Amino acid sequence: MPTELKTGKVAIHATINTEPTDWLSEPRETLLEALRDRLGLTGSKEGCGNGNCGACAVLMEGRLVNSCCVLAVEAEGASITTVEGCGTPEGLSPIQRCFLEEAALQCGFCTPGFIVATKALLEKTPNPTEDEIRWWLAGNLCRCTGYDKIVRAVQNAAAAMGGN
Amino acid sequence: MATETKYRVIGTRPVRPDGVDKVTGRALYGADIVLPRMAHARVLRSPHAHARIRSIDTRQAEALTGVLAVVTAKDLPDVDAILMVGEGGDVNMRHASHNILAHDKALYEGHAVAAVAATSPHIALEALKRIVVDYEALPPVIDVRKAMEPEATLLHEDQFTDTAGEKSEKPSNIASHTIAEEGDIEKGFAEAKVVVEREFVTQTVHQGYIEPHAAVAEWRSDGFLTLWCPTQGAFAVRQQCAQILQHPASHIKVVPTEIGGGFGGKISVYLEPVAAILSRKTGRPIKILMDRAEVLMGTGPTPGTYIKVKMGVDAEGNITAAQALLAYDAGAYPGSPVGAGCMTVFAPYRLKNVRIDGYDVLVNKPKSAAYRAPGATVAEFATETVVDEICEQMGLDPLEFRLKNGAKEGDWRPFGPPYTRIGAIECVEAAQGSDHWKAPLEHEAPNGKRRGRGVASGYWMNWGGTSSCTGRLNGDGSVFLLEGSTDIGGTRASIAMQFAEAFGVDYAQVIPQVVDTDTVGYNDVTGGSRTTFGTGYAAHALAQKMQRDIVEKLAPIWEVEPDTITVEGACYASNGKSATIMEVAKLLDEKGIQVVSSVTTSPHNSSGAFATHIADVEVDSETGKVDVVRYTAVQDAGKAIHPAYVEGQMQGGVAQGIGWALNEEYFYDSAGKLRNATLLDYRMPTTLDVPPIETIIVEVPSPDHPYGVRGAGEVPIVPPPAAIANAIYDAVGVRLQTLPMSPAKVCAAILAKEGAA
Amino acid sequence: MAVVHIPAPLRSLTGGETDVVVPGATLAEVVEALEERFPGLKSRLTEGDRIRPGMAVFVGGVQTPFHLSTRVPADAEIYFAPAISGG
Repeated sequence: MPTELKTGKVAIHATINTEPTDWLSEPRETLLEALRDRLGLTGSKEGCGNGNCGACAVLMEGRLVNSCCVLAVEAEGASITTVEGCGTPEGLSPIQRCFLEEAALQCGFCTPGFIVATKALLEKTPNPTEDEIRWWLAGNLCRCTGYDKIVRAVQNAAAAMGGN
Repeated sequence: MATETKYRVIGTRPVRPDGVDKVTGRALYGADIVLPRMAHARVLRSPHAHARIRSIDTRQAEALTGVLAVVTAKDLPDVDAILMVGEGGDVNMRHASHNILAHDKALYEGHAVAAVAATSPHIALEALKRIVVDYEALPPVIDVRKAMEPEATLLHEDQFTDTAGEKSEKPSNIASHTIAEEGDIEKGFAEAKVVVEREFVTQTVHQGYIEPHAAVAEWRSDGFLTLWCPTQGAFAVRQQCAQILQHPASHIKVVPTEIGGGFGGKISVYLEPVAAILSRKTGRPIKILMDRAEVLMGTGPTPGTYIKVKMGVDAEGNITAAQALLAYDAGAYPGSPVGAGCMTVFAPYRLKNVRIDGYDVLVNKPKSAAYRAPGATVAEFATETVVDEICEQMGLDPLEFRLKNGAKEGDWRPFGPPYTRIGAIECVEAAQGSDHWKAPLEHEAPNGKRRGRGVASGYWMNWGGTSSCTGRLNGDGSVFLLEGSTDIGGTRASIAMQFAEAFGVDYAQVIPQVVDTDTVGYNDVTGGSRTTFGTGYAAHALAQKMQRDIVEKLAPIWEVEPDTITVEGACYASNGKSATIMEVAKLLDEKGIQVVSSVTTSPHNSSGAFATHIADVEVDSETGKVDVVRYTAVQDAGKAIHPAYVEGQMQGGVAQGIGWALNEEYFYDSAGKLRNATLLDYRMPTTLDVPPIETIIVEVPSPDHPYGVRGAGEVPIVPPPAAIANAIYDAVGVRLQTLPMSPAKVCAAILAKEGAA
Repeated sequence: MAVVHIPAPLRSLTGGETDVVVPGATLAEVVEALEERFPGLKSRLTEGDRIRPGMAVFVGGVQTPFHLSTRVPADAEIYFAPAISGG
């Protein structure tokens, strides 16, 4: 049995939260692992590892994806937005402010995924109905809130961003 | 204590202090911790539900480049202690240790058998495959009733049935038999006009926190261990690790990271001792993670059960007798919450003649852990559906029945002293007055489905426990509030609010921090619905102590005796001199005088929280799919410190209850293997599975807390399965006696009814 | 004197009595008094110098620590119950 594993790393270049970024990843690494373990962007979380909870959600070329289901090498040349690119403590986005004001988080673990998913929703549909909100966010699991205050926060964010 | 007082801070809805970090992704959870030279570990788990472990050969794994160390149960010391961890529950540490790394037997699929530390998590995973374990597979026991049979295969040859301290003659999978009794049930049932007796079977479900377990361990060269982990109780982790590692607790520091959900499942340790021994063996910090399948198979779900409930009601609608048998599967080691099940099964009712038998039963499933009001949800599912059936047979309004028979202060409880002041009746009355209850219900929905409405009540005890806080006054009048209650749901805010109210400052001036076990005095776990009550109580006591300490330090500056200084909220005054706390803080700071105060409190919490829920469902008779279309949760919170977070607890508990009612279950095959260990097939509610959840907070102040707080976190998960079951009956005329009431089961019940017609 | 409410499974040892009045200024003394009247009760309630693991004890409506040195006020009501945890 071989005692050494062949793990040749691949150089990847992408734009992460508007910054040009270079790093090395093994071919088998997911984008989620690359973000968390190679680039120190721990805002995206692993909840399930196979695309069923949305805690790892990021935007890739503007499209909402579960980064645990994307290989790091697939990010070559792509523009990626993580929760860290959705707003900062000094400059919170309307979505982040509304989540805070509506108490739309309890443990906060699913929150990054929801912030990113909501950003994608409101870019596509600036004035969503409640049904549209629930349908879009069905890929993000929350175990703490029962979703009620999250839906309200998204509605408020849509209004604040001039959705009407 | 609390009347209709007008509060400054309490009852408002400020933004929580840790919120900004959480919406920007900056908050650090267990798996986010990174240390220099950190190595990575993963756990090897048994593929068998029941097997003797003949040998473990780790040589091939150790030979893999990048592997730093491999450990098994041999690397843990022998332990034989009973530890007082958590709310009065005693934990057998020998069982806990064997659960963390299997000894001579693997007792469930997923039971940890060995662990590897390596330079990368991928190498660690590869190395697991190279560990050779020689198993002798044994017949698995999965069903709780089968496990109770005299000839059942035993999990432990040395386990006997304990009945209030008396040991059975022969070993058994029944670890304990709990009995509660009052009056004469034979006589009571004889007096009844209607008697209903039903049997129920419920499946294992998991707390389902989105964050898997994680731990990081590092040793200092002088024998001090530091652990970082997401946990409901840093001190509980410290105590358990001290026992399991046989290392002094004074030499273990636990730093609680942010925690991504617990619900009772992050109180027992699983990974922390493993990380510690790997770290000691490798001389490097170790981070160890679980993936989702490991969480489902290797941590502590809540028991599957067999329950029998019998109730008798006289012609006037009074309950004359009630009897329950509760058999809960504890998993691989004793310790199911069957005692709590016994305590809560008839809790909403005033009873004269009762008999309750509870059995804690071993099966080849993971060792069960607490899940939000542990033991109560399934017990109330049984009782509240029997009550519904009785009401229907006798033509009684279900809420009127609950008023007539509702438990009040002074009424009997199965264990311990009678009820003190409770809000069971007030919750039912609020439900009656709700828009939901008064809204007419069309049984035929426009889309062709059938609609129905059901109600159910629930109860959960609150624990007081011990909490410590330390306060430091800053020159600008702000106060650092150091506390040790990890924040799962917004308690930093509710604790800071109570301090601010008592100390006379604005909420914004209080800077709460959750700190490690070296930095603050002892704190019991965040659980048992105790945190806003118990740590809030400590914060209130701290405010009062700080005021006294400030008076002592102010007196010489003002050149007066301390006992001439009065404190009214934020105002300090003596003989015509007066100053606000802001002015006093500035004055003391200018003179270089520090105010640092600490308290530790252990208030008794005599009461608990009641809830009454109303559910409207829509049932598709062809597929059996049930949708919850309207839901109202009424709950007695005593006093809602931060109403948005009380509402959040209610809504979150309801959503979990809906999942438990309609879809969640551990699906075992005949070999005892879990067939749905992913979040696709262990399907928890999404945004599409729950309606908007209306909340009505009732406030019957608790007699044990300065602001009247009752614990709010757990009771909301108790009524939903029964409320939904009763609504399904109202919709399509079938009563289900199993959980979950998944489409296949509802469909089968509808077809059976139609076939019988 | 304290009033001890006897848990259901132990009433076979007390001849069916559900509430028993015994002297004692501490839990230890109360248990000794119970053992004197109803032999066999002590080993069902205690282990060494503490309440039996898995049990809780309430004195005057308040859950007390496990040690038998706990003081018992005059006319206190005492309940022994299974220890119950939350989540």
